[in-house]
Amino acid sequence: MKPTYGRVSRYGLVAFGSSLDQVSVFGLTVKDAALVLGAIAGRDPHDATTADVPVPDYAAELNGDIRGARIGVPRALFGEGLDAEVRAGVEAAIEAYRELGAEIVDVELPHAKYCIAVYYIIATAEASSNLARYDGVRYGHRAEESDELRQMYRRTRDEGFGTEVKRRIMLGTYVLSSGYYDAYYLKAQKVRTLIKQDFLSAFERCDAILTPTTPTPAFMLGEKTDDPLAMYLNDIYTCTANLAGIPGISVPCGLSSDGLPIGLQLVGAHWSEATILRLAHAYEQAHPLTARPRIVAAA
Amino acid sequence: MKDGWEVVIGLEIHAQLSTETKIFCGCSTHVGDEPNANTCPVCLGLPGALPVLNRRAVELGARAALSLGLRINETSIFSRKNYFYPDLPKGYQISQYDRPFSERGVLEIMTATRDEGGHAREWRPLTVRVTRLHLEEDAGKNVHEGLPETERYSYVDLNRAGTPLAEIVTEPDFRTSWEAYDYVNHVRKALQWVGASDADMEKGNLRCEANVSVRRVGDERFGTKVELKNLNSVRFMQRAIEFEIERQVNTLEAGGRLTQETRLWDDRAGETRVMRSKEEAHDYRYFPEPDLPPLTVSAEFIEGVRRSMPELPDARHRRFMEEYGLTFEDASTLTRELTLADFYERAAKAAANPRGAANWLKGELLRELDAAGVGADASPVSPEELGALVRAIDGGKISGKQGKEVLVEMFSTGKGAADVIEERGLAQVSDAGEIERIIGDVLAANQQQVEHYRAGKEGLFGFFVGQVMKASKGKANPKVVNELLKAKLSE
Ligand SMILES: [Zn+2]
Repeated sequence: MKPTYGRVSRYGLVAFGSSLDQVSVFGLTVKDAALVLGAIAGRDPHDATTADVPVPDYAAELNGDIRGARIGVPRALFGEGLDAEVRAGVEAAIEAYRELGAEIVDVELPHAKYCIAVYYIIATAEASSNLARYDGVRYGHRAEESDELRQMYRRTRDEGFGTEVKRRIMLGTYVLSSGYYDAYYLKAQKVRTLIKQDFLSAFERCDAILTPTTPTPAFMLGEKTDDPLAMYLNDIYTCTANLAGIPGISVPCGLSSDGLPIGLQLVGAHWSEATILRLAHAYEQAHPLTARPRIVAAA
Repeated sequence: MKDGWEVVIGLEIHAQLSTETKIFCGCSTHVGDEPNANTCPVCLGLPGALPVLNRRAVELGARAALSLGLRINETSIFSRKNYFYPDLPKGYQISQYDRPFSERGVLEIMTATRDEGGHAREWRPLTVRVTRLHLEEDAGKNVHEGLPETERYSYVDLNRAGTPLAEIVTEPDFRTSWEAYDYVNHVRKALQWVGASDADMEKGNLRCEANVSVRRVGDERFGTKVELKNLNSVRFMQRAIEFEIERQVNTLEAGGRLTQETRLWDDRAGETRVMRSKEEAHDYRYFPEPDLPPLTVSAEFIEGVRRSMPELPDARHRRFMEEYGLTFEDASTLTRELTLADFYERAAKAAANPRGAANWLKGELLRELDAAGVGADASPVSPEELGALVRAIDGGKISGKQGKEVLVEMFSTGKGAADVIEERGLAQVSDAGEIERIIGDVLAANQQQVEHYRAGKEGLFGFFVGQVMKASKGKANPKVVNELLKAKLSE
């Protein structure tokens, strides 16, 4: 359960992409997630980006009744790259919602196709700055025996950061550099605004939007970590919620033939956590998981 | 300035705002504590810590902006200025970039040409365009001396990190080093006046950088710009600019080329030295600070700040001349500092004689205060007591000469005017009956001189006055003595 940006304080959370980061809840059940969210949500004077919006009793609203709820489905996003088993699982879930009394409506998110590009520009830009404090001066790892300051910085950061982190710092530094800022960072912020507007107009027609959580079933342990692009593309359905600052929830909707979990995602308008929790809960109650996913290591 | 050349100067001032606590956390801004005593997770840049804007810093920033004629933007944005340095805990400074707190100020200052000794000759007004004033956090300090093994290690003190700063930038509107000098002094006074900053360059709570370039007179384009740093006093800045003008002109006249660079002023050597060239300049990679929402200030907030501000120095100067009939110079002296101007107005009221109060304050009391190194707010003589002294003189109770002695004693003992006059037995005798009695005695004792006087030897008048004063032990009011003596002798 990823709440609305500003719903939960980020104070104490190690920052990655500050405008995207939001403390989220993992639970065995939707009710667990609702209970924990209720406890951690709300304004925090130590985080200026938290909002003073009342926190409802999320668990109390899990009443199972979703009749008349309108669920939007952006079919245009169900195309290339979507695994057949994931598609089948999500289509079944859509049917299940229809049976539970929800109304299924078509929605369009014309700018959603840019979300990976936008996300990886903004996230890496912010990360390159957020990770600057790990310089070995005040805390954390420091390389031994440097002759001068710049050498100490260079060695410390070279030894302390892993490949993926370095890749993101370099990407982020590049998109913020003078001469590239307008073409990358600024452009990404403009498209981010368009993505947010897509969602705002979609939510005029529906209460929540349903998509797969990821385009493929879960990776095998250790799989694909040396193919960063494939890893990034897996965020295609989830990163829109972070970019738009809206809440999202992922619930299991079956297993692949290999026994790997498949998820369905519901995202809602800002501050509508109660709505998507109720929808997720209704599905979970009607279609409880009967089998455990397998844990499979990559060859 | 050599003939045929013109200098173009722009200034950047960093002024620490006089808040109790830092701009993004609750740590004290107190100076002189143990290194790193005034720090917390936020100003140490610990992972997970977040900044929260100090409202007081915004108020003082608004005061500073209004005192310099700037327009405050309804919405401004904090940005991150990214660079690595050990005194910068987060690896970025939270500053403002393309949407600053305030912009587009037009400031009228007074500037003067100076003689060889640096004394002001002729004052004239100068209009300065103040580009912007924005809010940001100060960095800490790297310490390279006075601690163990400084040949191998440097130390970091983060007490100053997070102190609120106002950065004030001008357009390149100065054409002499003295114009720049007068501008910085004007800004210092304005910031102190409205309580925004202590603005003391020696203590480092006001720092200044100058961008200097030269060009041939009549040339439209700007020359190659050099940024001057390490200007630890207004005088250093003026000297550094003078040095730089000469260096640049000499280089160009010798057929050389200038490079865009940053140079440090070395006051001992009396010269500027290269710190870094343009190629080594940082790319700060500014972007909006995602941890802070845009800063919005309402028209009511600005109005509230404006109302809470004291009347600004220039307006008060004008009013002192119009309302109290002071000369330009006297009004300048008495609006030197806010506390002095306040002192003067209270004294003027208590004295019921604004010009008399001005004369006694600037002529006598100010000399004592300056000699003792005390400000008007800590004066042992209160404005009301200075007023009482002026009244005693105006009322003929004591002479002006006695008044000076009384004031010195008031200053050293802290006693009131009436007490000192009483204790010293200085009160003049103005009572006609008492003086007539003394005159009667004196005339009776000098029958012969009275006859000579009445026979036409009028030069003897002074003799009688002297005798009366002597008999009264100097306390008789000379004016009353004169009148009564004349009447008595012509009987
Ligand atoms: Zn602090």
